[in-house]
Amino acid sequence: MELYMSLAIGVLFAVGVYLILSKSLLRIILGTSLLTHGVHLLLLTMSRPKKGAPPLLGEHAKSYVDPLPQALILTSIVISFGVTSFFFVLAYKAYQKLGTDDMEQLKGDQDE
Amino acid sequence: MNNLIVFPLLIPLCTAVLLIFLNGRLALQRWISMFGVLLCAASAAVMVYQVGHRGIQTLQMGGWMAPYGIVFVADMLAALLVLTTSVVAAACLLYAFRTIGEQRERHYFYPFFHFLLAGVSGSFLTGDLFNLFVCFEVLLIASYALIVLGGTKRQLRETLKYILINIVSSTLFVAAVAYLYGVVGTLNMAHLSVRVAEAGQGGMLNVIAVLFLIVFALKAGLFLFFWLPGSYSAPPAAVSALFGALLTKVGLYAIIRVFTLIFYHDAGVAHDLIGWMAASTMILGGIGAIAFSDIYRILNYNVVISVGFIAFGIAVASRDALDGAVFYLLHDMVAKALMFMLGGMIIQAAGTSRLQEMGGMIKRYPLLGWMFFIVALALVGIPPLSGFPGKLLMVRGGLADHEYALTAIGLASSFLVLYSMMRIFIQAFFGEEKSDPQPQLPPGKGTVYSAVGLCVLIVLLGIGSEWVYSFVSQASDALVHPSVYIDAVLKE
Repeated sequence: MELYMSLAIGVLFAVGVYLILSKSLLRIILGTSLLTHGVHLLLLTMSRPKKGAPPLLGEHAKSYVDPLPQALILTSIVISFGVTSFFFVLAYKAYQKLGTDDMEQLKGDQDE
Repeated sequence: MNNLIVFPLLIPLCTAVLLIFLNGRLALQRWISMFGVLLCAASAAVMVYQVGHRGIQTLQMGGWMAPYGIVFVADMLAALLVLTTSVVAAACLLYAFRTIGEQRERHYFYPFFHFLLAGVSGSFLTGDLFNLFVCFEVLLIASYALIVLGGTKRQLRETLKYILINIVSSTLFVAAVAYLYGVVGTLNMAHLSVRVAEAGQGGMLNVIAVLFLIVFALKAGLFLFFWLPGSYSAPPAAVSALFGALLTKVGLYAIIRVFTLIFYHDAGVAHDLIGWMAASTMILGGIGAIAFSDIYRILNYNVVISVGFIAFGIAVASRDALDGAVFYLLHDMVAKALMFMLGGMIIQAAGTSRLQEMGGMIKRYPLLGWMFFIVALALVGIPPLSGFPGKLLMVRGGLADHEYALTAIGLASSFLVLYSMMRIFIQAFFGEEKSDPQPQLPPGKGTVYSAVGLCVLIVLLGIGSEWVYSFVSQASDALVHPSVYIDAVLKE
C-alpha cells in the first residue's frame, strides 16, 4: 500500500517539477498545484495508513487511523488553496499589464 | 504558564483585523498601527524582563500539556528577536507614513504590515514545527501582498518569481515535516529533540536534517539566494527595509533553532554543510556587492553577505560563536532596516538608483550622508558601533575551533562590505553635483526621525554591548544546552 502511494507521489513530484521548469506561466502554476498534491499525499502516507476506522469516536472501533496528519493536511490544503488563487490572479494581472506569459520574456534586465 | 508570551502574536493580529474595518480613514489607521506596534514592543520588553529573571517562559495553548498541544516558548533568543522585530517595525512604520503614498495606504498597506509582524513574532515564539510552517505562511502571504502592492511592472514580474520560489520551499517544508513525523512521530520541538536523541541521529535523520536545511536556506537566502536580489529591489524602500530586516532573519532563526535543539547530535554532516554554504554565500554575496553600480543591488547583496556571516557562527556552534551569532543577528536586523531606509532616501533625493548619475549630495543632505557613513561602519564592524562585538565573538569562536578558512572568508567579506558601502558613500555624496538640482521630493521629517532613531540605537548597542551581552549570553545558554529548553517545555 505504502509502496504504491510512494510511487504515485514520486510521479506527481516528477510531473510537478517538469511543469515548473517550463516557460509558460500557467504550466508553472499547474506544476505547483501538482507538487502540493504530492506533498499532501506524502503526509498521509508517512502516517502509515493501516486499516482502521475513520477518526470519529462514535464509530466505537478497536483501532482508528492517525488523526493528526489529516488535520495537518487540511491546514496545508487551505493554505495552498489561498496561495494558488493569489498566484492565479497575479498571473492574470501580470498578463494584462506585461502582455506575455512567457517566463523567458519576464527576465527584466531592460530597466536596471 | 504565562499568557503574556502570546501577546506579540495577538496584538498585531488584532490590530490588523481592526485596521481592515477602518479602510479609508488614513489618519486613524496610522495612529492605530503605531499604537499597536508600540504596544507589541512594550509586551516584548516585559517578556525579555520576565525571561531574564525567571527563566524560559512557556504557554501551553488551551491547557493541553506539551507534546499534545501547541506550545509557545519564550526563551531569551526568541524574546530578544521579538523585541528587536517590534522596534524595527516601529521605525519602518514611521518611515512608511511619509514615503508609502496615499494610494498604497488606501489598499490595506497597514493590515498587511501587521499580518507580517504577526507571522514573524509567531515564528520566533512557537515551539511546534507545523505551527512554525503556518506562521511562515502567514508572514509569506503578507509579504506577497506587500511586495506587489502598487502593481508596477517590475513589482508584478518580481513577485511572480518570489511567490514561485516560496511555494516550492513551503512544499519542501511540508515534505520534511511529513518525513520527520513518519520517523519519530511527534511535532513538538522539545519532544522531537528527545525522540531524535533516543533514536540516534543516523542516516535517515541526517537526510531529513539536510532537507530542513535546504528549506530554511531558501527562506533565509543562505547559498540559495538567487531569488533575493531581484525580489527585494521591487517594493518601495519602507517594505524592503522590513523584508531585509526581518524575513531572512526568520529563516536564520529557524536554522539556529532546528540545528541547536533537534539535530545537534551528528555535527559532521549538517554543520559541515552549513559551513560550506556560509563560505560560498559570503564569497558570492561579496562578488555581487562589488559588481553592481545600482544601489538596490548593492544593498541586497549586503543582506546576503550578512546571512552568510551569521551562518558561519551557526556552523562553528561553539559557545563564543553562538554568542556572536545572536549578537550579530540583533545588530543586523537594526542595521539592515536603517541601511534600506537610507538607501531609499538617497534614491529619492537623487531621483535615480544608478551611482554614475549621483554626486555631491553631502552639501544638501549632510545628515543623510553621515548617517549612511555610520551605518556603513556599523555593518563592517568598526569598534564603537554595534557590528563589532558580534563579529569579534564569532571570529574568536572560529579561531578557537581551528576553522581558519571560514574565519578568513568572514573577515574578507567585511572588507567587501566596506568597499561596496564606501563606494555608495563616495560616489553619491562627494564629487561634483550631477543629479537634478531640484529633487522630486526632499526626504520628509518623519523619515529622518526614524532613521536617526535607528542610528542612535546602533550606537547604543555598540557602546552598551556589555549590558546587551548579559542577555545574549543567556540566549546562547539555551542554545548550547538544549536540555534547558526541553526541561522548560516538557517538565512543567
